[in-house]
Amino acid sequence: MNWTAIKAIYVFEMARFFRTFLQSLISPVISTSLYFVVFGAAIGSRIDQVDGVNYGAFIVPGLIMLTVMTQAISNASFGIYFPKFIGTIYELLSAPISFLEIVLGYVGAAATKAMFIGVIIMITSFFFVDIQIQHPFAMVLFLVLTCISFALFGFIIGIWAKNFEQLQLVPLLIVTPLVFLGGSFYSISMLPPVWQTISMFNPVVYLISGFRWAFFGLEDVPVLTSLLAIGFFTALCLAAVYWIFKTGWRIRT
Amino acid sequence: MPCILDIKDLRKSYEGGFEALKGVTLEINEGEIIALLGPNGAGKTTLISTICGITSATSGEVKVAGHCIKDDFRAARRLIGLVPQEVALEPFEKVINTVRFSRGLFGKSRDEAAIEHILRRLSLWDKRNNPIKELSGGMKRRVLIAKALAHEPRVLFLDEPTAGVDVELRKDMWDIVADLKADGVTIILTTHYIEEAEAIADRVGVIAKGELLLVEEKAKLMARMGKKELEVQLTEPLAAIPAALSKYNLTQTADKTAVIYTYDTKGERTGITQLLNDIASAGLSLRDVSTRQSSLEDIFVTLVQEDAA
Repeated sequence: MNWTAIKAIYVFEMARFFRTFLQSLISPVISTSLYFVVFGAAIGSRIDQVDGVNYGAFIVPGLIMLTVMTQAISNASFGIYFPKFIGTIYELLSAPISFLEIVLGYVGAAATKAMFIGVIIMITSFFFVDIQIQHPFAMVLFLVLTCISFALFGFIIGIWAKNFEQLQLVPLLIVTPLVFLGGSFYSISMLPPVWQTISMFNPVVYLISGFRWAFFGLEDVPVLTSLLAIGFFTALCLAAVYWIFKTGWRIRT
Repeated sequence: MPCILDIKDLRKSYEGGFEALKGVTLEINEGEIIALLGPNGAGKTTLISTICGITSATSGEVKVAGHCIKDDFRAARRLIGLVPQEVALEPFEKVINTVRFSRGLFGKSRDEAAIEHILRRLSLWDKRNNPIKELSGGMKRRVLIAKALAHEPRVLFLDEPTAGVDVELRKDMWDIVADLKADGVTIILTTHYIEEAEAIADRVGVIAKGELLLVEEKAKLMARMGKKELEVQLTEPLAAIPAALSKYNLTQTADKTAVIYTYDTKGERTGITQLLNDIASAGLSLRDVSTRQSSLEDIFVTLVQEDAA
């Protein structure tokens, strides 16, 4: 294993993040604050509590998940797409590194960035609502697994994309609706039975449910099922990445 | 000199059936500079890309210092540096960071002294903290070379390093190449500037339509295929070449004030003495006599035309 190369990619990618540190930080903090104002204050005043939890606090895990997923995808997809776009991919392909090492470098950096922003949002939320984390270890586990799996997913999108429009297509048309419909701002049990059944086909429901369980002990689906779902999604992404690298799909001619 | 790069029957076909490389076989010795000449689309970049791992070969074998580029790719690639044809660099990154990145990518631990040496050698040290987007085109090409040298490779590929650069920078590049050769680095460069190959290469290979037409020492190639021309300037314009001189296949210049005699340098007799005697016998008086060696460009054009025929 070429650890020096993995470190080089990781450090290089993180340097890009820290170069625009202020923008990276301000944007999620402002949008989180807006969510709290709109959902917490405006709608929350009418909902009051969900399963015994204050609505403002109830939406925190969903908000963190929403940002972490979109950040992990956008960082990882941009991270590998940019070298393709400007042509510096030649250096990765001609270096003495395996594809596994390339993935570890890029996905590791994207997951770290997403986690960093997730933590920032959590800290921001402490200014708006009072939160107790019932299962801190499980919370960290869900956060880390989500960052890694969605960074892997973003990496696949970055390899697949042939232009900037395609790079935005999957996050905008698929991921954001899935996250919004995945119980970020409500409990699945609040939906009519038909929609509850349909929601079970949305993988994000399992992630948010598990993450929310770590905070409040509340779950739409059993926590073990959530864990299995995220494991399955990670395995699926790993398999896709393995296939891409075996075949050189959209990377090597 | 030991062979450092061994290419055997290398083939590359793209989807749709286009054959970019049609069985290239080539041995390159350590420490030499070999120039691969060829028109656009001849397969020069495909050959380099395949050796460096950017493109997968359809068949054939390539070994770098005995390491197969497929089965032992790590050892093989550690020995190779690549300067691509296109200027591909991260515009917002600092010069020194992008060179550090390249060194790390090739598995070499951080060594600030080595990086400083490379940047100074390429006159980039003063620009080390500048973002790449602020550099001139020539400086960017130097950064590409610095990145390729960051892991101290033994073989350096330069894919058209002077395409589109001015004459001064081109000469600078040649000096850099000469410096690297002095350090024992093997250099394979592709170019379609014949002048470039003529100035810096030890051996010349000619590629056309995916085939290596020939590889030969530059001096030998020019001696073997080079023709010399003798231009005889006359005091008076000559309306037509006299019948007595027809056996020499002379050609006339446009203004008819000179005749040109082409002869083979490797021939036992060049026929110059006889020609000059016959010119005098024909009653023509001479103003001046000069000779000209045909250039690598003439040889290249002849080879490619022969191949097309």
